[in-house]
Amino acid sequence: MAPDDADGDAMQDNHSDRFDRLPTTADERVVEGRPTRAAVLSWWNERFGIDPAVFEPYSFWERGAGKIWIFYGDLASPVDVDGLGMMALRTRQEHWKPTLEAVQRFGGHATTNCIHLPRPAAATFLAGEDQELDWDGDWGYLIVTHELAGEPEPLGVGLYVHDELRSMVPKGRRRELG
Amino acid sequence: MTVLERYEPLVDDPATFYAACERPLPAVVRVNTIKTTVEQARAALEEVGIAYEATDWHPGVLRLPDAQPGANWPYVHGWLHGQEEVSAVPAEVLAPQPGERVWDACAAPGSKTTQLAALMDDEGLVVATDDNMGRVSALRSNTERLGVTNIAVTVEDARNHSLKPFSSQADEPGPTTADGAMYDRALVDVPCSCEGTVRKNPDVLDEWELDQVEGIAGVQKGILRRAVQATRAGGTVVYSTCTFAPEENEAVLEYAIAEEPCEIVPFDLPLDASPGITEWQGETYDDSVTRAKRIYPHQNDTGGFFCAKLEVTG
Repeated sequence: MAPDDADGDAMQDNHSDRFDRLPTTADERVVEGRPTRAAVLSWWNERFGIDPAVFEPYSFWERGAGKIWIFYGDLASPVDVDGLGMMALRTRQEHWKPTLEAVQRFGGHATTNCIHLPRPAAATFLAGEDQELDWDGDWGYLIVTHELAGEPEPLGVGLYVHDELRSMVPKGRRRELG
Repeated sequence: MTVLERYEPLVDDPATFYAACERPLPAVVRVNTIKTTVEQARAALEEVGIAYEATDWHPGVLRLPDAQPGANWPYVHGWLHGQEEVSAVPAEVLAPQPGERVWDACAAPGSKTTQLAALMDDEGLVVATDDNMGRVSALRSNTERLGVTNIAVTVEDARNHSLKPFSSQADEPGPTTADGAMYDRALVDVPCSCEGTVRKNPDVLDEWELDQVEGIAGVQKGILRRAVQATRAGGTVVYSTCTFAPEENEAVLEYAIAEEPCEIVPFDLPLDASPGITEWQGETYDDSVTRAKRIYPHQNDTGGFFCAKLEVTG
């Protein structure tokens, strides 16, 4: 568990200028509030049905409070670099939120909480617009897929609440496609 | 004398060379095999009605005669990356393997970096270095869009590149600080005077100055030297530029083989090219620089390029 006296020891703070590997389990946690690798794997599994084995070759790192990065392989922690793999997840809020890039890379392994859109609705989503849609499943963050070259392909992250699918596509990734 | 006339003695057919330099380049994309296959990407382009022409040397490098690379469905899935055709050459020559440790010394904006990661099946480690923070944000945006996870980015002067961050935990297998975490391969695609990009950016000739060529050659030598030092014996270093200037090409190779334990080695290239030159304005270079390749715009209807492969010997 996190120690009560957090004063003085630099190892016990979260640093925004370096990457710290996530502790494997809560027993190894030094920085208060930092998620564990076990919790990250369970979250992907519980929310999207992604088998933890998918993430076995990867390590998870925090830089900036709650910003979790996924990196192939491992390095000695902490690492003083300016980028490590890709940002995959934001965790310092009640509902954890995956990134578009992580969903595109790993969302093909998901089995639940995926909403499949026909092309026109996918275009609306990609343009960053919210839309009213029927959905029988859970509210919250969903993986949005559509069909490309004959297969359902993960496109990004939507937030489903109040009969509405809200596009979480970041501004820089939005496109107006017909 | 114009900048291009400076190189007239080097080209076999100056009139064709000048004519090619005047023509704009078609849009070209590389298929990102981290997220898709060449077959799927081609099927997606057909589905969305974008015509493409395969290049005859690389199945995943496609010319788009009627379209821009960045506004279509396969692009937004990270299946395609806009990249000039000759710019896809050096990563193929370096040929990194899955699981290796590779350094990209001048990485931003990341076209070649992401190609290296794809050649490695996104396994192993690519260390991507650049000294310009603004260009590094473009690099990170590209690596994330293309789904690269085997990358560590450093912002520093490549001439002083530090291997320190890339050790493993003492209790884990793998390279340590003590053994230097040396690279298996390094790509040295240096900043240069860029006349080879004239078909994309004609202004490059107006900005050209001999003083700058001489200044930038010093930086190129320093970066290539550091790359050889950071690569293990038996490892490979590829040096590339998009300039025709021998001061930035053969002269830099000549410096590297004199100062560091390495040699220039032959390589096959499925594009028309001319050998490196051994004489330029009173200077002579080692015969082994003829193993490097000069690609002129009229030879394959591409941009201009220079590429050399070195093996580290000690």
